Amino acid sequence: MGQRLIYLDNNATTPTDPRVVDAMIPYFYDNPGNAASRNHPFGWKAEGAVDVARKQIADLINVDEREIIFTSGATESDNLAIKGVFEMYQRKGNHIITVKTEHKAVLDACAKVQKMGGQVTYLDVDRQGRIRLEELEAAITDKTVLVSVMWANNETGVIQDMKAIGDICAKHGVLFMSDATQAVGKIPVDPKAMGVHLMAFTSHKMYGPKGVGALFVNRKNPRVKVTSQMDGGGHERGMRSGTLNVPGIVGFGKAAEIAKAEMAEDAARLSKLRDKLQHELTSILEESYVNGDQAHRMPHVTNISFKHVEGEGLMMTFNQNIAVSSGSACTSASLEPSYVLVALGLGDDLAHSSLRFSLGRFTTEEDIDETIAKVAEGVNHMRELSPIWEMYKEGIDIDAIEWSEH
Amino acid sequence: MAYSEKLLDHFKNPRNVGTLDKNSDNVGTGLVGAPECGDVMRLQIEVDPITQKITQAKFKTFGCGSAIASSSLATEWLKGKTVDEALAIDNMAIVEELALPPVKIHCSVLAEDAIKGAIKDYQTKHGVQTAESIAATTH
Repeated sequence: MGQRLIYLDNNATTPTDPRVVDAMIPYFYDNPGNAASRNHPFGWKAEGAVDVARKQIADLINVDEREIIFTSGATESDNLAIKGVFEMYQRKGNHIITVKTEHKAVLDACAKVQKMGGQVTYLDVDRQGRIRLEELEAAITDKTVLVSVMWANNETGVIQDMKAIGDICAKHGVLFMSDATQAVGKIPVDPKAMGVHLMAFTSHKMYGPKGVGALFVNRKNPRVKVTSQMDGGGHERGMRSGTLNVPGIVGFGKAAEIAKAEMAEDAARLSKLRDKLQHELTSILEESYVNGDQAHRMPHVTNISFKHVEGEGLMMTFNQNIAVSSGSACTSASLEPSYVLVALGLGDDLAHSSLRFSLGRFTTEEDIDETIAKVAEGVNHMRELSPIWEMYKEGIDIDAIEWSEH
Repeated sequence: MAYSEKLLDHFKNPRNVGTLDKNSDNVGTGLVGAPECGDVMRLQIEVDPITQKITQAKFKTFGCGSAIASSSLATEWLKGKTVDEALAIDNMAIVEELALPPVKIHCSVLAEDAIKGAIKDYQTKHGVQTAESIAATTH
């Protein structure tokens, strides 16, 4: 195509920072050892490198390095936390509370818990995407062992009131787990200060390599344990067996170190670009709406609905060179729009019509300017083609039409 | 997924976008799909009452790229055909022409439904007994 590619899908994954790649390379060739080999220099070097990375990651979230369990990614960490707590604390209770807008890794792990005989409560969110604290508190019973609330939502960027939720959990003596995949490395995340006891996160959302993640497990007051979901050599304090991905962990550590140093600067720059993108698009295009709480939101994310334009079709107008994500999944049997946006209470006119823009460390102002122009052009093109936009402009009540269900 | 050149061409340069006067005697309108399913297709034909040939076809579609391309292609095929020939258009022909992936076959079904809906509307206006109404009276 010869066109410049623009990447605004950093909530899906981030490109690996070149400094991270440089740090990893020696652990493929020069230091190929297994961190569990205790009797030769290859093993010692690998173990030393893992120790450094564990410290870098622990420092980023202000915890002790012995509280970091390495996994293959956030999905595994979510599974380990939820199923691991459910199995470990069965004598105490069998009830878990989570939220309808969680990532599938949490929702499906909870569904598995239900199959295993557990009870799960799925909390609603308000129009802004945040849970109602009184509903959380009312849902806690004497059988509740875990509350799982994501730190920041992947689709909208909405940040929950972590401290208030942590206080409620502490008051009732319930463990608090958070999927912080989208937050760690982008905004200050301090699980202990919020009363979070378990926290899942991953390297590839913070400019590290794919295939490596972590679960923070609180060691003191309370001492939390999870039943391992992967059995074998007893690595990671017996909570997660399997040879450590040494180059991946080294990269994860480096990514954490860079994030700690540069997070504030990145966030300030990206929030300005994000605000420009959001402001321009919603000014140029009538009937466009920002989804989710703008006062409690990740600095690099905006989710916008363009009324009466179908998201997937809209993306096709520019996706030869601009990468974003759509809340609409118009594939086969699943003609349902994003369950996250539906949980926010969006109607059909807006839920099928959303785009998620997620900026990143390598996003430039030029990228944003080009995106504004191309998206505006795409929305106008799609509205020219849209019969329901035409009806809307003619003042016809679309809800009053009897549609043929397809 | 990668789309065919033909599909992309119909999506980027859609043919026959527009609106015909739905109150005209010679115009038939088919409106199918539903906003909550993410697809709404409106297809209109103008028929020469003497020759029964389709002289004009227009569409507007809310939906994904495959839905837009399917309706654009349908309008191209309709022009110049008689009403009876148009009734014979099968969704699988659209699937083949645009190389629609399996998950997008419903878009071609929608286009076929829109064609049939437009013809039915035209025939109803002209008092033509449609297959359905014949079936209804014989039962």
